Amino acid sequence: MSEIEPVKNMISITIDGKEYKAKEGEYILNAARANDIFIPAICYLTRCSPTLACRICLVEADGKQVYSCNAKVKEGMEIVTTTPNILEERRAIMEVYDVNHPLQCGVCDQSGECELQNYTLELAVDSQSYSIPDTKRETKNWSSVLHYDAGLCIVCERCTTVCKDMIGDSAIKTTKRGGSPLDKSLKGSMPKDAYAMWNKLQKSIIAPSNGTEYTNCSDCGECVAVCPVGALVSRDFQYTTNAWDLKRIPATCAHCSSGCQIYYETKPTSISDRREKIYRVTNEWNYVSLCGAGRFGYDFENRDAKKDKEAFRKAIEAFKKAEVINFTSVITNEEALMLQSLKEKFGVKLINREARAFQIFLDFYREYSGKSLYSLDFKEVMASDFVISLGTSLRNDNPNARYAFNNVQKMNKGAGLYFHPVGDNLVPTFGRNILTFTHKVGHEEAVLLLLIELFSNKDDLPKEVKEQLDREKLIELLGGDSKFEASFAKMMKKKEKFSLIVGEDLYFHPKAKNIVKLIAILEKTSSVKVAMIPPKTNSLGVALICDLDDEAKGYTIGYNALGDFRLSALGDGDLDAPAMNQQEGTLTNMHKRVTPTNVALEYNGYTLHDIVKELLGSSTTYTIDWTPKLPVDKGFKSIDFDSLPNGYSNDGTENRGYLLNNITSEAKEIEVDKFDETIALDGDIAYRCNPQRQFSDFTNKAHQIFEEFALYASPKRAESLPKRVVVEFDNGNLELDVKVDERIEGDIVAIPDFKSSKNIYELFGASRYQKVIIREV
Amino acid sequence: MGLEKFKNRNVGTQNYKKLDLTHPPKSGWCRFKQVASRTFKPELFVGLWVTLREMINALFRGKMHTTQYPLEKLPISPRYRAIHEMLRLLESGHYRCIGCGLCEKICISNCIAMETRYDENQRKEVSEYTINFGRCIFCGYCAEVCPELAIVHGGRYENASEQRASFSLFEDMLTPIDKLNLQQEYQGFGAISPNADDNIKKTPLAY
Repeated sequence: MSEIEPVKNMISITIDGKEYKAKEGEYILNAARANDIFIPAICYLTRCSPTLACRICLVEADGKQVYSCNAKVKEGMEIVTTTPNILEERRAIMEVYDVNHPLQCGVCDQSGECELQNYTLELAVDSQSYSIPDTKRETKNWSSVLHYDAGLCIVCERCTTVCKDMIGDSAIKTTKRGGSPLDKSLKGSMPKDAYAMWNKLQKSIIAPSNGTEYTNCSDCGECVAVCPVGALVSRDFQYTTNAWDLKRIPATCAHCSSGCQIYYETKPTSISDRREKIYRVTNEWNYVSLCGAGRFGYDFENRDAKKDKEAFRKAIEAFKKAEVINFTSVITNEEALMLQSLKEKFGVKLINREARAFQIFLDFYREYSGKSLYSLDFKEVMASDFVISLGTSLRNDNPNARYAFNNVQKMNKGAGLYFHPVGDNLVPTFGRNILTFTHKVGHEEAVLLLLIELFSNKDDLPKEVKEQLDREKLIELLGGDSKFEASFAKMMKKKEKFSLIVGEDLYFHPKAKNIVKLIAILEKTSSVKVAMIPPKTNSLGVALICDLDDEAKGYTIGYNALGDFRLSALGDGDLDAPAMNQQEGTLTNMHKRVTPTNVALEYNGYTLHDIVKELLGSSTTYTIDWTPKLPVDKGFKSIDFDSLPNGYSNDGTENRGYLLNNITSEAKEIEVDKFDETIALDGDIAYRCNPQRQFSDFTNKAHQIFEEFALYASPKRAESLPKRVVVEFDNGNLELDVKVDERIEGDIVAIPDFKSSKNIYELFGASRYQKVIIREV
Repeated sequence: MGLEKFKNRNVGTQNYKKLDLTHPPKSGWCRFKQVASRTFKPELFVGLWVTLREMINALFRGKMHTTQYPLEKLPISPRYRAIHEMLRLLESGHYRCIGCGLCEKICISNCIAMETRYDENQRKEVSEYTINFGRCIFCGYCAEVCPELAIVHGGRYENASEQRASFSLFEDMLTPIDKLNLQQEYQGFGAISPNADDNIKKTPLAY
């Protein structure tokens, strides 16, 4: 089931006398790895820029010693991975790394998964030729989740590299260690690269980059994941278990639409409680990066559920008289299909607000572009060199979209445009070629018109669009200044691949239809391709599978949502349901991929499948018996769950589930409305947006995620607000604490929607922005 | 000595000699007489005297030859793998176990379980530790793998219990802090028993 695209520009190289194929322009190290050839490397991270800290990846290319992480392959290149000189360098490097490294392997949390240990053994270091006085290095807690033991740190700088190149927080950096200088006589006597590496190592150590004791970051924990030794560990995990005791369960993260591949690592809770517990979440950090919710928000299981026959009977009765089923996007494809079957058989209405808005948007997109799905997945966005973000609070809505935006700047010498009404002071720090526009709420159409003006071939444009393209006026309207033209010209230099990320603001937009039309025109007449961020976990799957309704009244069943009879995986409903880490099934993620997730923790209660089986009298045994029944006409494939792979191969190919088919049809004639700039909202505006690391009730249940349900405002705005406020909407009030989010700029306040019991979608209605009155309690 | 006798392997023609036995008693009376004459002989009192003499020697003269189990126990060889003991550091009195989990990992009958946590002194603390002696096969791998000589096999070999599974906790096996001075260092599997000298005797050739 691998879906390796035919790669163009393959060249042939020779490694250790054998001929291999490699992608043109790839680093030697990656080319070797793709061909299953081992070259030792400590500091290099795939998808990030080479750090050149460890120098252990030395190879000989065409007779010259090069660092394989930094040198690109050329046609006919002859590479030798080991020569006596290289082996001597490598051994000296490992000896240097072992100098003063504490011998506490017995209690170290790396517990054998240690690259320092592995390479020390690999290079057969059995004696130590070097020594230097040790420096006192203190153990520190950098944040609520990060624990840094400087004594164990080998300063490979993988943590700082991933934080800068992938995550974009740049929250940690190397700083002065204050170690004693090396003996100058070593320069002549020890291998050259080992000396250079030691010289650098002896001077540096890692510390938060803001000059304080604490990191100011999104607490994603990616630095913990990439640490080759036990220097960076999550505080909650530290010293609780050895890695070898943990059972790894491959799964798909259930928190946002990115659907990252993760491993839940489980072990019995304690000596007296033998039920399995998740101790940590790990990832294939060379190929996928997690966010704080994915890494630390894992204990959301419905632990004590039992088969309550009485509740089950009541549930069946409730389903029989139900007129509406209200559910969230934290649901598997299979369960969504079950709900759709219930609709087909009993005529119940299906309500899922976030997926419905996205569904309408996708339907319009299909109508006007002729494609059932958006053009790019986010891996392709990451491979582009000009990325534009519109209608999404990139930092909050989807961490992986943000990582892609950041990675383009760092790795592809890229440029970026960021359009959003809520100012953000993190995005401009991603790179030098980023322009941010803090435009008015409602001016999203103007942004698209500007993009058409900037990127499209004017000859192909419809007349009514051409008429609206007044470059200067649009730039001014969106808050751009006179310097724009000059910066834009600079940004456009040597750019080939253009991508546009669009998000939830546009799905919940009064002019969504017109916006889709403009996107379709932009895609047709320019080389900009669009990628969409589905609002929540499986919104894309639900939007494709279910025939959702707009409004419904009557007896309601809530599945992890409000209702008269509630099925809940949170343990607070009328009947228990399994949480995402207790069930198997597939999720459709924003990369247009259907990915499997497995059972990490046991669940003893009833599932939706039991209810549906009772109601429909179907002959299926498990939820996953529904996997091959997913609608083929919507792009799904009829494949059994058990034959879906979930992993990555050495060259980074994603072997996870399958890609949805993008079904093409005849595109409709497009007639664009006239843009009306007066629809912009004025006054106090609230934006429906979750704090980082919070996505749903499930993240909120996890004990390491504690971002509150509060009103988030920029520091300046928060100053003018009292500690606790009442937010008055047209159709209800909300009482919230005021919290400062230092990353926000401007006056718009953010109100989270992660608690389904607060019914925030109802308050905001069809838009993500609402005019509100904020007053003291 | 000539070997002729041995070379004759023809057992069939050996000469057997018939013993001149008295006839078994025929009547009841004769049988009674035989029992009485065999029972009441002076040698009986010789035997009784020996018993009485040894009893007096053992009880009053301190010449006991047997071990008074269970009041008295023989020291056991260090090679014997009895119930585990958890040792302390002699200087600080802190338990030696660092919580590395190797004993738990190596245990082939999977009877060791432990819990660890990050303690106030930034060290790995063993918060719970048990051995299920219903499953333990006393193979000694745990003691062998222990990098700190923290878990060893002690001398307690009485394993009889009311239940098939009986658990020992860390505290049960740990050297009591007031008996730290009595803590025996583990000599290793090849060591000789502590009373080996006492057990050395002349080879009894006098018989």
